[in-house]
Amino acid sequence: MTLDAPARGLEPASADRSGSAGRGAARLARSLAAVAASVFATFLGLLAITFFIGRVVPIDPVIAVVGDRAPKDVYEATRIALGLDRPLVEQFARYCLAVLSGDLGTSISTGNRVVDDLRHVFPATLEMATIGIVIGVGLGVPMGVWAAARQGSWIDQVIRVAGLLGYAVPAFWLGLVGLAVFYARLKWVGGPGRLDIAYDGLIEPVTGLLLVDSLLAGETEIFANALWHLALPCSVLGFFSLAYIARMTRSFLLDQLSQEFVVTARVKGVPEWKVVWKHAFRPILIPLVTVIGLSYAGLLEGSVMIETIFSWPGIGNYLTTALLNADMNAVLGATLVIGAVFIGINKLSDILYRVLDPRAA
Amino acid sequence: MAAVDWLLDDSPSSRLQARIGRLYRLALAIARNPLAVAGAVIVGLLVLTAAFAPWIATQDPIVQSLGDRLKPPSAAHWMGTDELGRDIWSRVVFGSRITLTIVLLVALIAAPAGLVVGAVAAYAGGWTDRVLMGLTDVFLSMPKLILALAFVAALGPGIENAIIAIAITSWPGYARIARAEALVIRNSEFIAAVELQGASAWRVISTNILPLCVSSMIIRVTLDMAGIILTAAGLGFIGLGAQPPTPEWGAMISRGRSFILDQWWVATMPGFAIVLVSLGFCFLGDGLRDALDPKRTEGK
Repeated sequence: MTLDAPARGLEPASADRSGSAGRGAARLARSLAAVAASVFATFLGLLAITFFIGRVVPIDPVIAVVGDRAPKDVYEATRIALGLDRPLVEQFARYCLAVLSGDLGTSISTGNRVVDDLRHVFPATLEMATIGIVIGVGLGVPMGVWAAARQGSWIDQVIRVAGLLGYAVPAFWLGLVGLAVFYARLKWVGGPGRLDIAYDGLIEPVTGLLLVDSLLAGETEIFANALWHLALPCSVLGFFSLAYIARMTRSFLLDQLSQEFVVTARVKGVPEWKVVWKHAFRPILIPLVTVIGLSYAGLLEGSVMIETIFSWPGIGNYLTTALLNADMNAVLGATLVIGAVFIGINKLSDILYRVLDPRAA
Repeated sequence: MAAVDWLLDDSPSSRLQARIGRLYRLALAIARNPLAVAGAVIVGLLVLTAAFAPWIATQDPIVQSLGDRLKPPSAAHWMGTDELGRDIWSRVVFGSRITLTIVLLVALIAAPAGLVVGAVAAYAGGWTDRVLMGLTDVFLSMPKLILALAFVAALGPGIENAIIAIAITSWPGYARIARAEALVIRNSEFIAAVELQGASAWRVISTNILPLCVSSMIIRVTLDMAGIILTAAGLGFIGLGAQPPTPEWGAMISRGRSFILDQWWVATMPGFAIVLVSLGFCFLGDGLRDALDPKRTEGK
């Protein structure tokens, strides 16, 4: 968690209230500028890490290109062609410029430009993670509220243990067991892949999201089939985000339920459901935004493992295939894209938090 | 009775008595929490299994016996056999050694590194603090698993490299906590007293600040153990961690993948081991936090 909880809410509230609206806006702008600086630093750090992994860690990148039996002049020529005779700082600057202009190199296993490959596979991951987070929020928030409202009861214990299971169960194993049970035995869901083979390639990709594309084409049968295949991987991803979201919701809500305004509401005779949902739940909406953002970013990362299990043609599968083929351009390109999206969502929820909660600015 | 009185004495007469007394109180606090006890028992069993693996395993974990391949669980093979006729129970038992080695090494590399970074940042303040914490924040905002994957890809597959990669991705969390703790300690009067006696910065950090950060570090490390186990198993599953024939749990699941539909036990059994051990560390970590950190109220 990147929230600095202790710092927030400690400043005297009067400073905000008595100050003019202009001063509040100035503070918000300053705080957003700080976020922008940290976004910049983090992206630069990500580039530095991928640069470091790609150029510095392997013993000799030239040998990776020309092989270890190349004559000395070929070796030297390649070294200069790769820019490896330049100072490290200059190499890094060139690398940053190349990445910014969308050049991630060529994949040795597919033969395509890594950028094109990634553009092609990313929608599959996005679709899966998005439905996963919808399941996670849709079930996790009510479960967390339920557990907090009945603190100490058996339902609270069940939800707490489910929450801990989210930290203890390997995603790839849960996916495998799910396939064995719900696909092979019970036949409730579709198997690996995004569609049955019979439907493969019938839809012209527009957005790359199968659910959207099939509806655009008016193919409800393919839509149903895509949903059938999404069910299991999304449930597995949804379970992990549900576990985390329910745990955080419960903890936030318990904090609120012990506040004096809740006691006041109860003393006034406000019905319990209203105390929970109107009085205690509304203040936790803002921290929940951050939690949901973190969880969504986590799902994009977690999909790497899930995709290998479900033969899902997304960025995770692309990454693991590249890893096994020692295809460093593809590995670093995928790392960069997943990292950038991960950081982007994280920082976005941070910004949202500051905009929504005047105390945080 | 006298022994308990000695343990719980409010004014211990020696440093040893105070330490033992504190451990006893901690044990009492944990014993009151059923989940924490369960966690301690599971972690204890893991350590015992790893220590006495040759006696607990019924067969050699490496030797193949092709006549017995893919046998379902039975009295002879409690968890069945894999595609090379090896007894899965014995492999799971020996796998506990690998899991324990990985978590211990990662903890021993990452936690001290984070501790030093955090304590130095807090004590030095100013630009040192800003640079070190900026670096920490950059690492904290990265997706850990992906970063570990990329590091292993560059370093080459293998259990040592997996350990290094996981350690590289997990120190920043410890640096954060150590800094928060050290900031509070730095401003206390006994630090001022030590400084007035002429102690150098390194001496203050190493003998006065670091020891006091250890307990919160232990809580955090225990809570992180489950994550470390899952990442290591994930690397093994992809084929970048422990290499065959090592009975690493993640790698075992990966081998059982092809048989999941008909011989479910090959992939499922090592998974149960992972879930059990990770849950054990989660329970124990939660219990330790409740016992050592009085600021948090019961049941959170």
